[in-house]
Amino acid sequence: MTQLEHELQRLKDELIQMWDLVYSQLNKARISLTNFDQGLAREVQQNERRVNGYELKIDTDCENIFALYCPVAVDLRFVLAILKINYNLERVGDYAEGIARYVTGFNLPFNKSILKETQLLAMMDKAISMMEDAKKAFEKEDAALARSTFQKDETLDIINRYAGDILNTFVESDIHHFREALYAHSIIQKLERVGDQITNISEEIIFYLEAKVLKHKKKG
Amino acid sequence: MENTIIKCENFNAWFGDNHVVKSVTMDIPKNNLTAVMGPSGCGKTTFLRCINRMHELAPDARTEGSLKLYQDEVYDIHPILLRQKIGMVFQHPNPFPNMSIYDNVVAGYKLNGIKLSKAERDDIVEDSLRKAALWMEVRDTLRKKGTFLSGGQQQRLCIARAIAMKPEVLLLDEPTSALDPVSTSSIEELLIDLKKNYTIIIVTHNMQQAARISDRTAFFYMGELAEYDHTKQMFISPKDKRTQNYITGRFS
Repeated sequence: MTQLEHELQRLKDELIQMWDLVYSQLNKARISLTNFDQGLAREVQQNERRVNGYELKIDTDCENIFALYCPVAVDLRFVLAILKINYNLERVGDYAEGIARYVTGFNLPFNKSILKETQLLAMMDKAISMMEDAKKAFEKEDAALARSTFQKDETLDIINRYAGDILNTFVESDIHHFREALYAHSIIQKLERVGDQITNISEEIIFYLEAKVLKHKKKG
Repeated sequence: MENTIIKCENFNAWFGDNHVVKSVTMDIPKNNLTAVMGPSGCGKTTFLRCINRMHELAPDARTEGSLKLYQDEVYDIHPILLRQKIGMVFQHPNPFPNMSIYDNVVAGYKLNGIKLSKAERDDIVEDSLRKAALWMEVRDTLRKKGTFLSGGQQQRLCIARAIAMKPEVLLLDEPTSALDPVSTSSIEELLIDLKKNYTIIIVTHNMQQAARISDRTAFFYMGELAEYDHTKQMFISPKDKRTQNYITGRFS
């Protein structure tokens, strides 16, 4: 193994650790929302600093590899992909923290029928499963698995598209649902963006593995 | 390929029984800088030396296949005439030690018995040294020996000597491997500038140099042309596994 290969392996390990942390953040945000566990939500908020720490560390490590090893070909694509995935994961971490903030900021558990009708929890499960798939695709260098996340992202988009009307109905039926509906809508929008970030991550995995640029192209 | 200046088809070269260049087929475009890379002993320098018939100077050397400058087989062109059209610069700067800077630049004319007036010689010397980005540094010391110059300046003098013959193609065999980073950088800048007027083919072991300055890169492996593509393509997503292993340092 060359020194560069060692450095790349270390970078990969570090990104996987960050991935595990962000995954756990998203998962805890879901549990805190479902169980109205404000303690857990606070933990998610506190852990956000760790996610940011990983982002800075991985950024620096990528810079060092560029400066010291001048990677080319598959190595260059790998470091470029890591740099972007790092940014995307940090954004997902932000969204998890944002969701947790709604839990700590609300004084009562969310209305179960709002969560059910809007498919908010189903959306969260889908986003978490996308995170899992993308991570597995990265670890096992599986471009097909990375591609499978595109379909799931479309599901998130569809849920997001109809959520506004469903929440509107709730508010019309009872104005007291207004604040809750507003929060739920914000969470749904965050989850839709989590889907976008994971789609970006999958695009980067495919760029690394196949040297294909899928950005701004129809995924089909 | 449009604007092809060098065209090889199934070109082979041997040293005795040693088959060093194997069935190479490639078109080199005019006014491009083409880098030739590959591990030691892969045939890249031999290939370069075939282009201006330097290869045949070695005992037991022979070639087969087609290697054309425009439409003409290089092996049908008289070697002296061919080397006027295809100049060469070597790894170590080699100005003629007993000649002044001035005489070094016009040495090709002198050695080929081409008579020039003083005014013509002056023009050629100034023009060549300007093109080699050396004029401003040596214009007051033209009568000094070329060997008094620094390594980087000597190499630029050799480039000036090569372009004084008004060649179509410049072959460079690892021209910066003996130079420090500053001199290397000035030669690289010069080569980028020179490709407006000349076609440049450079053999280099320095991959970053190939990436920085060349338009296309040819990767040789065990005498074969493993891959030949636009340099950007080659350094981001090489098609051949051997190229990928070599440029990422995973070559065994």
